[in-house]
Amino acid sequence: MEREFDKAIKEMYKEKFLAPENEVRQVSAPDGSIIEIDPLKDYFCQERPKELKPRKGVVEDFLNWARAESLWVLGFGTGCGSIEIPPLVTPRFDMYRYGVQMRPTPRQSNVFVISGYLSVKTLKRAIRSYEQMPSPKYIIALGSCTINGGMYWDSYNTINRLDHYIPVDVYIAGCMPRPEALLAGFGKLKELIKSGQGEKANEYARNFDWYKANQKKIIRDWNMPDYNW
Amino acid sequence: MDYSLTKFLWTLLGLFIVTNWGMLMSSTMRRIIARVSGRIGIPWYQPWIDLTKLYSLRSQITHGTMFYLGPVFRLMGGVGMFLFMPMIFGSNLWSNYSFSGDLVLILYFQFFGMLGMALGAGEGGHPYSAIGISRGLSQFTTIEVPMTLAVISLAIQYDTLSIAKIVEAQQGGLMHWTLFTNPFATVAAMLSLLGAFGHSPFNLVKAPNEIPIGPPTEYHGTFLGVLRTNSAILHVAEAALFMNLFFGGASNWFELIIKTFLIYFWSVFVGTVFPRFRIEQSVVWFLKWPTIIGIIAIIIYL
Repeated sequence: MEREFDKAIKEMYKEKFLAPENEVRQVSAPDGSIIEIDPLKDYFCQERPKELKPRKGVVEDFLNWARAESLWVLGFGTGCGSIEIPPLVTPRFDMYRYGVQMRPTPRQSNVFVISGYLSVKTLKRAIRSYEQMPSPKYIIALGSCTINGGMYWDSYNTINRLDHYIPVDVYIAGCMPRPEALLAGFGKLKELIKSGQGEKANEYARNFDWYKANQKKIIRDWNMPDYNW
Repeated sequence: MDYSLTKFLWTLLGLFIVTNWGMLMSSTMRRIIARVSGRIGIPWYQPWIDLTKLYSLRSQITHGTMFYLGPVFRLMGGVGMFLFMPMIFGSNLWSNYSFSGDLVLILYFQFFGMLGMALGAGEGGHPYSAIGISRGLSQFTTIEVPMTLAVISLAIQYDTLSIAKIVEAQQGGLMHWTLFTNPFATVAAMLSLLGAFGHSPFNLVKAPNEIPIGPPTEYHGTFLGVLRTNSAILHVAEAALFMNLFFGGASNWFELIIKTFLIYFWSVFVGTVFPRFRIEQSVVWFLKWPTIIGIIAIIIYL
């Protein structure tokens, strides 16, 4: 039986939500003519992501080695697991030794650590951040919440399986995994990249429609372009 | 001036040495900062790996023409400073393309990259870039004041604007260095150097953890690679400028490496001790003590 609350929510989202600043509007141009602006089409790039083929042979091996030894992590704590990051950058565990560094913006990072549960609201931001990262990019999913929902598996507002929404390279199980586990995860990711298996960004581009359908199923106030360049 | 092919090739070789020394110096300084905070820090070869990775990323986006040109202008600033700087005293080939008025041109190149970067990062459109740019330009304008006063003082003292001649005048022992013959100008310039290198307490342009990374917020991949290459060149070139002006120049590469390291270390040494200023504190600080000392450096020659 549906509760009143759920009914109200459904009623609210019956029409597609669009933020006021993204609505189609008429603007007068400097020369006096009236033009129509559709922010989602005019302000954003509408192109789909493409599969970017790796180079061949020794060159790609060398580049993969460089990518593996220089992992730049996006400083975006998505859940309670982000509390495991500070010990990694401070003297006790010091991940800089292994070439793992923190970067403040998605444009400059290659690794996205999804640290713990993702609420629907955060998922939207996580997708935006992930899509803005330059390819090749990798995702480390931290904690059991990203695997099956963990202690939030029947929550009304969190997702259960992360790899239905964005492709995951390495899962680290535990609630919470300790910093050592996260370091081991970085080690595993390095192995994957060096062996040429870190191609999840291409997988995302290949199965783009499937991922988008899954994302749109759960994010109801979809007021962004389909791919955030 | 000598425009032969040999000279050109040696200048390119010099640029190669300077780039690599700059990267090694930056990783060494990061290790020193890490040791101060009790960590081990990055491996010494990390900057080269980072650079290889940045140049090998597959997807890149652009925000327009100026977005492309920003890093190019920035690189021009660093390379331009290097090109007109006599690196090794007494060597024709290593004195690059220095000429009789090179000091003024080099001071201009110091600012040039910053302006180019401001245009490029502005087109990136990120609010943090705009904050970083406004901070950077206002701070650098005040850094220039004591720096220029010190340079004018040197120009009066040595009666020249040629770096090579200033170095020549300092030869003949430790006590001939500008450090001892004109201590006020040296102090004013060394205080302005703290701001020029952008370490704490004057690191409010990039300001990690505050405005994520300032002007280069939108820069990635090759763009960021060019910016990093430039910062390696620029650091050595700026340290070499101060070495030439105040610390007797260098007669071989080994001496240059030692002296530039110590000059750069001065800013890191201060940086590990003091926390970050706010922009109004930083601007006022530069216009107070360094400027007063710089004015004294000129007054004593009147």
